[in-house]
Amino acid sequence: MWIVKNRKIFFIFSGLLVLLSIVVVFVWGLQPGIEFTGGTLIEINYTDGAPEVLQIESRLDSLAIGSYTIQETGDNGFLIRTRDLDETERETLLDTLTIDEKVPEQERITTIGPSIGQELRRKSYLAIGIVVLAIILFVAFSFRRVSKPVSSWKYGFVAILALIHDIIIPTGFFALLGHFASAEVDVLFVTALLAILGFSVNDTIVVFDRIRENLSNNKETGHKEPFYEVVGRSLDQTIARSINTSLTTLLVLITLFFIGGDSTKLFALTLIMGVIFGTYSSIFLASPILIALSREES
Amino acid sequence: MKKSRIASIVIVVIAALAGLFVFSTSSLGTNADFKLGLDLAGGTHLSYKADTSEVDSGAIDEAMSALRDLIETRVNAFGVGEPVVQVERSSLLSGGRENRLIVELPGVTDIEEAVNIIGKTPELEFRLVPQDLAGGTPITFDNTIFTGLTGRFLKSNGARLQFDQAGARSQTGGTGGVYIIVQFNEAGTSLFSDITSENVGRQLAIFLDGRLESAPVIQEEITGGTASISGSFTPEEGRTLVRDLNLGALPVPIELIGTQSVGPILGTEILNAGKKAGMIGLLIVITFLMLWYKLPGLIASIALAIYVILMLTMFKLLPITLTAAGIAGFILSIGMAVDANVLIFERIKEELASGRVLEDSIRDGFSRAWLSIRDSNLSSIITAVVLFYLSTSLIKGFALVFGIGVILSMLTAISISRTLLISIASERNRKLFKVGFKNS
Repeated sequence: MWIVKNRKIFFIFSGLLVLLSIVVVFVWGLQPGIEFTGGTLIEINYTDGAPEVLQIESRLDSLAIGSYTIQETGDNGFLIRTRDLDETERETLLDTLTIDEKVPEQERITTIGPSIGQELRRKSYLAIGIVVLAIILFVAFSFRRVSKPVSSWKYGFVAILALIHDIIIPTGFFALLGHFASAEVDVLFVTALLAILGFSVNDTIVVFDRIRENLSNNKETGHKEPFYEVVGRSLDQTIARSINTSLTTLLVLITLFFIGGDSTKLFALTLIMGVIFGTYSSIFLASPILIALSREES
Repeated sequence: MKKSRIASIVIVVIAALAGLFVFSTSSLGTNADFKLGLDLAGGTHLSYKADTSEVDSGAIDEAMSALRDLIETRVNAFGVGEPVVQVERSSLLSGGRENRLIVELPGVTDIEEAVNIIGKTPELEFRLVPQDLAGGTPITFDNTIFTGLTGRFLKSNGARLQFDQAGARSQTGGTGGVYIIVQFNEAGTSLFSDITSENVGRQLAIFLDGRLESAPVIQEEITGGTASISGSFTPEEGRTLVRDLNLGALPVPIELIGTQSVGPILGTEILNAGKKAGMIGLLIVITFLMLWYKLPGLIASIALAIYVILMLTMFKLLPITLTAAGIAGFILSIGMAVDANVLIFERIKEELASGRVLEDSIRDGFSRAWLSIRDSNLSSIITAVVLFYLSTSLIKGFALVFGIGVILSMLTAISISRTLLISIASERNRKLFKVGFKNS
């Protein structure tokens, strides 16, 4: 009940975070990874000790391949990003990187032509759009019989608001990371967003389900209870469960973040944020919005 | 014995057997039988764009199919283990009709080598050597005459190597024991027969990418559409020539538009990290479950373990190719698998609180919770389906594992957990079910 009573505070808090995230994304933007921009990414490792970065840089400069970035990874490794290079250019680059007889081992090479990058971007937006649409329809459909005092479409609508909140904040966080730690948005990030969309609505549905059940119980028993009280009671009944399930998912994700290896670190981080905010929005945001909407209707 | 007890024992035995299957055909150190994606096993992923501008739109599918088969043959000839060659049509959704070919070569980490295996579209040409060419002058592309007969007229995989039977001599002369048989398609056969009938006694030079391979003398008109070429090449050279000749028969020119190559060391690192994370994650969740939910928690943990074993079995049997993202998806699904169980326990608690008999509370808890479980998991499944259809192989792996994981965890929660719970429920341990949060 205290959640319902204090809903203004939670609205403001969420609103601020969402606003902040949007601002951050506009000001700093997201750093697109190579899969979206196209280009070449080469990860090399010098097994007998690495040459100085400056040496590598001067070699790369002499190749006149345009702008590039170079990053150190591990003790003897480097990550080099350039524009899209064709085979001969790549070969030349790798040859040039043999400095003082230290031959680099190629750990990973990725070349993406511009057409794939564009297509990926399109597909990503499309995927997010489709999932959001599907969820609205799905929620509206499963709540179709509950029309008082809030129509079934509104349930779907509120679920989507909560979801938007759930993906904007991690995106904003990523823009922050991108600005300060050069974190890149790659295909895994988009996948994480989609996964968040998928299961963040789980929690919301559980609460809505309970509301629906209590509403129908009231109807059967003829018990008159104002909507906001039904919501408050439903929240009380389901909060334990919401927190617990998110907790187990979080535990698992945190393990993945720390132990799971670099390629999935950012992925795990995005999911962690998604789970935290997803749970938060299901409990503190979705239901209060429902109440506000019900007030409007009556 | 209670029916549920029997059922429980059966379940546990089957799970144990499945577990044995999963872990015995691969000792925990190696993963010989799990299919590993490129980013885990190391390998190269190549994306080619096929130039279908000169192909009628009706014949595109066929051309792409022929292209695919051809490339697969080349790749197989190189002894690459389990390559994947696929046609990908980027659909209207992506704003353009590009016909693509995806080639995945596990274990091949040198991109240059991979691209060479696939090859570009070399030009194979049969050119006539002019009669007035001075003896001893080297035959070049320029001093020979175009006949119109090129690699395009070769039947798919129309070249092969043949070893001379003792004493037999080949059509085009020569004494080597090795010769190459080429088979033309219909148009090629008639063109070849015209060329040979009009030019007996002259040399027919064979050029690959502008390089002279051999220039046998035409002995007679050849109408069978089969030519045999011999020279003094060794079996090794012959094999290369056959390969090159087959290379010249690409139905559609291809252009490389994207590559991704992961070294095996990096791949193994990722795999090991994933395994570790999975095991530790599982342990943490089980610990939490037992601490918080005590007896039902133990049951949930057993159900969870069975879920993990079932998933691993499915990975092996289907088989599902594991990628780094796929492993992450699996680990995620472990965390979410608990979801359904928690829902059910909380329901059971509520039923118990209203004073009902334990076994009834359990049954009702399950049936009441089912709707919630179904609805909430359905949204995850929707996401998985969308992801699966819209993405590349790397993410497809995640979508598949995640989707199957959600469905399977739902099923194990409502069937296995239920059976196990009912089998151990008796009014005596009623109290042990009242665990977790207190209802306010």
